[in-house]
Amino acid sequence: MSLLSIPIHELHNQLVTKQLKVGELLDESYKAIAAREQSVKAFITLNEDAARAQAVEMDATGVPSDAGLLYGLPIGIKDNIVTQGLLTTCASQFLANYQPVFDATVVKKLKMVQTVTVGKLNMDEFAMGGSNENSSYFATRNPWNTEHVPGGSSGGSAAAVAAGEVYFSLGSDTGGSIRQPAAYCGIVGLKPTYGLVSRFGLVAFASSLDQIGPLTKNVEDAAHLLQAIAGYDQHDSTSANVQIPDYASALTGDIKGLRIAVPKEYLGAGIDPQVKEKVLAALKVLEGLGATWEEVSLPHSEYAVATYYLLASSEASSNLARFDGVRYGVRTTSANNLLELYHKSRSEGFGPEVKRRIMLGTYALSSGYYDAYYLKAQQVRTLIKQDFDEVFKTYDVIIGPTAPTTAFKIGEQVNDPLKMYLNDICTIPVNLAGVPAISVPCGLVDGLPVGLQIIGNTFAESTVLRVAHAFEQHTDHHKARPFSS
Amino acid sequence: MSITLKDVEHVAKLARLDLSADEKTLFTDQLNAILKYAEQLNALDTSNVAPTTHVLPLVNVMRDDLPHESLPVDQVMLNAPDEEEGHFKVPAVIE
Repeated sequence: MSLLSIPIHELHNQLVTKQLKVGELLDESYKAIAAREQSVKAFITLNEDAARAQAVEMDATGVPSDAGLLYGLPIGIKDNIVTQGLLTTCASQFLANYQPVFDATVVKKLKMVQTVTVGKLNMDEFAMGGSNENSSYFATRNPWNTEHVPGGSSGGSAAAVAAGEVYFSLGSDTGGSIRQPAAYCGIVGLKPTYGLVSRFGLVAFASSLDQIGPLTKNVEDAAHLLQAIAGYDQHDSTSANVQIPDYASALTGDIKGLRIAVPKEYLGAGIDPQVKEKVLAALKVLEGLGATWEEVSLPHSEYAVATYYLLASSEASSNLARFDGVRYGVRTTSANNLLELYHKSRSEGFGPEVKRRIMLGTYALSSGYYDAYYLKAQQVRTLIKQDFDEVFKTYDVIIGPTAPTTAFKIGEQVNDPLKMYLNDICTIPVNLAGVPAISVPCGLVDGLPVGLQIIGNTFAESTVLRVAHAFEQHTDHHKARPFSS
Repeated sequence: MSITLKDVEHVAKLARLDLSADEKTLFTDQLNAILKYAEQLNALDTSNVAPTTHVLPLVNVMRDDLPHESLPVDQVMLNAPDEEEGHFKVPAVIE
């Protein structure tokens, strides 16, 4: 068995009692990478020299008496989270040479709990996509079946965890980019409430929707990793100043009396019948634990995808205006004046999906169309949020599938952006409403994992984790692994 | 509403993008498909609905305007494609 499959408490105990060294854990990580990266291709950049030097230093110092559970664990970081001195490309040619001069707040927080950064993980360029095929470097593959996509945009983050290349990883979720790849790769992925985790140092895609969150092998690890990264940050003006509870203590296994809402829109047309079957089976498990469920309606669900693509693309077109080739990034070599420098640097540096969304967003924000598209979408966003508020008056959680299907084949949807966007139908409303949600494995269909999505009310991460954990404790789905390890 | 090739050229200019002839045709088709899909939002009467910019009740975050330590200039210039004496260098703006 790989050292990276040992439960977190046991691993910590072995480190504290000197049965195990940080260096050995890290070896295990790079050994798995050497064995599996050729087929999985999860990493854009490895941090091997610095990570090994850090491990040597940590092992020489010994485990401090106040070390937490995350001490010494090998972690992978999505490549849109800036890491000082470590290449951060956003999977874009534009940032092929970008060496950040500061750490994202989440990276600073990881340094405080002394995880070891193994490397930077592949993604769709600037987090725009749901398959990793939009990476301008290479497509990451699903460890369960390498002909299939790992999902996206945090596809590298999910694949590396599923392939046992890291203990856990960080991703970011704008419209499902943590939960959907977690579902496709058979692991746990949590999108926190908007504002719970600082976005400082997360390269902005759609600022009103982006959230950083954990991807892990099980729910308990997700609780511990969330604990490490959550909290108010003065460097993020949308950071929420709220009390952070002890998430692990919420994992009681007790969900007696829990009221579950199952939106009919999440189990209707477009949802694969076999996926639906797994979700219904999961609800049965939860019922057996004393929960009750009822069908509800989130009537504006059908408008969520259109709303999202207008809002996210508009925000992206504004956010990506900063990539002008002046202060950082790859500058064109053939500009005769400043305007040409902007045009050529951007045109040479951005891939097709990024250009498409910048175009859509610029159009939606342009004079004469702002009210019809951007303002309209913001108004519909209010209606979508109200759907959730209404349901949470009566129910504790909302449950459905994370994605309508299992992971599709590489190349299958690449020529139809609209079809690709519709994969996000179950995850997007959650970002628009700003509420937290987790994806946990709930079975396999034709050898590919299915994700169960558990959605909670604003800042109800503890409830979401408690339900996910109770489900996990009474099923073996999370123990299934694509590689024997 | 439908987008023409001319609209795409105009928007590309606003977005500071140079598009090839193929890209212009492709984006005209694809943006039309996406915007047609988005037109379903018009089925909703939102005349009395306030827009949501952020889900949290946000207020402006202010701090005292005091000098504090900044990144050293050599760090700031580390990623500069071109620089001279601590300044970002670009081609001539005025002929």
